[in-house]
Amino acid sequence: MLAQEMNSEIVASSGWFLDHAWVIPIIPAVAFVLIIFFGKKLPMKGSELGVFSMLASLVFAGGAAWQWIQRVNSVVDVAHDAVKEGAYHAAPYVEPVIREWTWWQSGGFHFGIGQHIDGLALTLLVVVAFISSLVQIYSLEYLRGDRRYTHFFAALTLFSAGMLCMVLAPNMVQLILGWEIMGLCSFMLIGHWWEEEANSRAALKAFFTVRVGDVGLLIGTGILFFSANSWTQENLGVSGFNISGLSAWAMSGEASSSALTWGAVALFIACIGKSGQFPLHTWLPDAMAGPTPVSSLLHSSTMVVAGVFLVARVYPVFWEGMKIGDTNINFIVLIGGITIVIAALLAFVQNDIKKVLAYSTVSQLGYMMMGLGAGAWLPAVFHIFTHAFFKACLFLAAGSVSHSGSHHSFDMKKDMGGLAKKMPITATTWIISTLALTGVFPLAGFFSKDEIIDNVGYGGYNAFMIVGLSGAFLTAAYMTRATYLTFFGKARGAAAGEHHDEHDAHADAHDSHDAHAAHDAHDSHDAHGADHGPHESPKLITVPLMILAALALVAGLSNATPFGESWERFKKYVEPSAEYVAIESHMATGPGEAIIVPQQNTTAEGGEGKYDKGCAVVAPEAGMACYFPTVKHAPFKWSKAALSLIIVAVGLISSWMFCVQYYTRRNKRLVGLTERSKVLRGGYAFLWNKYYLDALYEKVIVRSIAHPIAAAAAWVNQNILDGIVNGVGKVSRRVAGWVYRNIDQRVVDGAVNGSGAAARGTGGALRPVQSGKVNQYGALLFAAAAIGALILVIINT
Amino acid sequence: MLTTQFLLLGAVLFCIGVYGVLARKNAVMVLMSIELILNSVNINLLAFSVRHGSVDGNTFALYIIAIAAAEVGVGLAMVLLIYRNRRTIALDDLSEMKG
Amino acid sequence: MVAADLLVAQNVAFGIISLMMIVGALRVVTVNNVVHAALWLVVVLSGAAAQYLLLSAEFVAITQILVYVGAVMVLFLFGTMLTRARIGSESDLNNKNWALGIPVALLMLGVMSYVIIDGFGDERLIENPGDMEPIPVQVISDDIFGPYLLPFWALSFVLLVAVIGAIVLARKD
Repeated sequence: MLAQEMNSEIVASSGWFLDHAWVIPIIPAVAFVLIIFFGKKLPMKGSELGVFSMLASLVFAGGAAWQWIQRVNSVVDVAHDAVKEGAYHAAPYVEPVIREWTWWQSGGFHFGIGQHIDGLALTLLVVVAFISSLVQIYSLEYLRGDRRYTHFFAALTLFSAGMLCMVLAPNMVQLILGWEIMGLCSFMLIGHWWEEEANSRAALKAFFTVRVGDVGLLIGTGILFFSANSWTQENLGVSGFNISGLSAWAMSGEASSSALTWGAVALFIACIGKSGQFPLHTWLPDAMAGPTPVSSLLHSSTMVVAGVFLVARVYPVFWEGMKIGDTNINFIVLIGGITIVIAALLAFVQNDIKKVLAYSTVSQLGYMMMGLGAGAWLPAVFHIFTHAFFKACLFLAAGSVSHSGSHHSFDMKKDMGGLAKKMPITATTWIISTLALTGVFPLAGFFSKDEIIDNVGYGGYNAFMIVGLSGAFLTAAYMTRATYLTFFGKARGAAAGEHHDEHDAHADAHDSHDAHAAHDAHDSHDAHGADHGPHESPKLITVPLMILAALALVAGLSNATPFGESWERFKKYVEPSAEYVAIESHMATGPGEAIIVPQQNTTAEGGEGKYDKGCAVVAPEAGMACYFPTVKHAPFKWSKAALSLIIVAVGLISSWMFCVQYYTRRNKRLVGLTERSKVLRGGYAFLWNKYYLDALYEKVIVRSIAHPIAAAAAWVNQNILDGIVNGVGKVSRRVAGWVYRNIDQRVVDGAVNGSGAAARGTGGALRPVQSGKVNQYGALLFAAAAIGALILVIINT
Repeated sequence: MLTTQFLLLGAVLFCIGVYGVLARKNAVMVLMSIELILNSVNINLLAFSVRHGSVDGNTFALYIIAIAAAEVGVGLAMVLLIYRNRRTIALDDLSEMKG
Repeated sequence: MVAADLLVAQNVAFGIISLMMIVGALRVVTVNNVVHAALWLVVVLSGAAAQYLLLSAEFVAITQILVYVGAVMVLFLFGTMLTRARIGSESDLNNKNWALGIPVALLMLGVMSYVIIDGFGDERLIENPGDMEPIPVQVISDDIFGPYLLPFWALSFVLLVAVIGAIVLARKD
């Protein structure tokens, strides 16, 4: 058969960078160790190691991405020739470059470590390495003179190593490893200035909230491993942790649907925690207590997309487990949709510029999740890509404003306003990124966000398309408000140069207090320019801003659907093809090669009808496997794009007019509206208190769970335990005397001490016994274990 | 030889050890009782090793011996510390955990 | 429970050794002299080593003698010496409510005996006790450094931590 011949003929190109992509996370990991041990002795206190390691990673990631493009091209070209001959489908399967070594083994289990390089992994690798490099360069200036400068760079570098390790992961175990390293670094970096209690509380909150979700990651991995392992071992020769193995298993049609559903739900709970989705989004705005570069890198562009990445990575599991192919509402799309709206609404009542951006991030992550939940895999991944640039830029611009414009204040209402003239570069980059975020044509956000909205509707989730459009309106409005308050209108507070002296006096007054030492330390570097008011930031800050803003302008063009298929490079290189792959040829080729599996055209683009064949619709035959479901792509229509552009424009303009009226002209009809109208006041309070979710978690859930348990324990201690002990004491009062006199004396090897011991022992047994003794706890433990075993025996017989 | 006889010996030693842990006041004696418990577990492991014709039981018995040595070392160090601070090692007097 | 091959030498040896062990263990938990208790513990631990020999685990038995009877016992005696000057019988080694231990221990013994007899009954440990051969050390080492390497690492780490912890705890500062 011709197909068989073709299999052996077409071998995709590979390359050194692709085969050795595992080096990418190793570089920052080594740099981290070096910074920790030698950082303080280096001329730049270790920061140079961090920056260089990130640049080296970027070079490696870029090289790997370039070779991946060559690889895809080498396959696609052959395939196109074949198509001309009329035999084959034009979307060939390009095998990911998977290499795995035994990391550790225990009993019969082998745990691998290695790399799984495909378009998705490379996208994230490049983005993470790129943003990390820029943020580290930015931090050189932003944190100059900080007390824990070296530790900051060490943690930042370790974070990058963790994220890169997770992105590369060929199996769930390595993914969990990277995931947890990121969680740890997030904790360390949020609490970087831990001397202030609010910061350490925010760090703890972030850690514990994400932890709640992480339980889901472990449970989900366990469920999937135990249900998939035998299938993957038998068919693919890999363990049930292997990501491509899991994908093939999920699409094989032989997977138990309940295992898939519960595994997907458990994994998604982890994503809810990590990616700040409703209802676990509360940690993310608080995480802004960390230094601004941290917010920019971890809590907007990279770490928080880990949850989205996880869904995209094992997409077949979610596809099958959540039944994404149907148009019924599923868990992912529902959570994503809720998150978009509630986070966008919260952004309106924030006065802290970073919190506005934080809620904006939550809302954008909601877009990505909604896209994934509705089958719009590619737009969601593309949105990760574009969002990273403009959101990182927005955060860094906010940092620049606070660094040079508002004297370390992030309060838009008190300390900002009118900064556009004083800080032209910061303002320009901010505005470009804002327009990109709101989705103005032809900036980056338009191509990704609009695609998500479009594809969600095309996938049959019409209600969620409306949610997406209203989210776009809200985004435009709250970003305009933030822009206006920061850069336009009248200068207030520190922006007008007022706050300065007061703050210095404040700092002087507290100089002797250790609690404020760190804050002063991170302030102190500003002393060199303490005399003048707002000014433009130095080059180390503005250059990263300009690079990011430039990318916010053009990044969208890498998948510009409106301009035709030749512009859809992202789709060509990143999206895995939904093709049946012959396992035999696939496994035999090993890493570093690719095959085209010639299948007759299984998918038909265009039209909203359901597919009647193709991966995820019809289970693969024996000996074949699917690695990605057949997803639909909405054909671009200018009419739909115009609708969303009009909505965005309305949002921008109406919000601008409102801001001018409200904040500058103090229009009588608008000012004080919340005091006058009960409905508005209620709504405002509801938003101001963040839907009372924090109150719910802390007051209701923690209290209702922890307090009764504590009370019950105290009660048991006081009544039952003491009662038992007293009862035993009383009962054994006579028994003990008898036992001591008659048995113990024979055991005791001296009759002289015996009577005394008996007397004292009897007295001891008589005395009321108190709780708090180790032995009593031990007795309770063993007795409970014995009774538990007894009950089990009784039940089983 | 029967499986039961070894397992029963282990069970008897275990329960004597449990009694010792519960009844003794002197911290050193409690540590000794814990050693009894660990040995009873080892007997079970080796019995099952023979029963299944596998060497794994031997391996883990060795691990347990090593862990027990570490435990005794740390335990006695703690006892010494307690003794230095309070001049007694009676567990009855250590009731800071009282709720 | 009494097997047909009652007269097998191992059975006789098992009976004698276990009787010795049980008596020793009872003395450990009842005797009123810490040093005596430690010496009774030596009896139990040596008995356990003998049982290991019966179970054809020579290497474990030798380790048991070296580590337990040799090192751990010395540690116990040192601990006794360093914490209590008095080496002799004492009156209040027992807890005030020591009697609580008896029902708990008996309850556990009852449950465990029932489960063991119910589960294994008259099953033989090995069809022909004459077939039992000592396990070569090489096989054990292959097991340790092969499939169970990870626990071995963890164990090494625990030992390291224990050494450091013991030094930190017992150091006078």
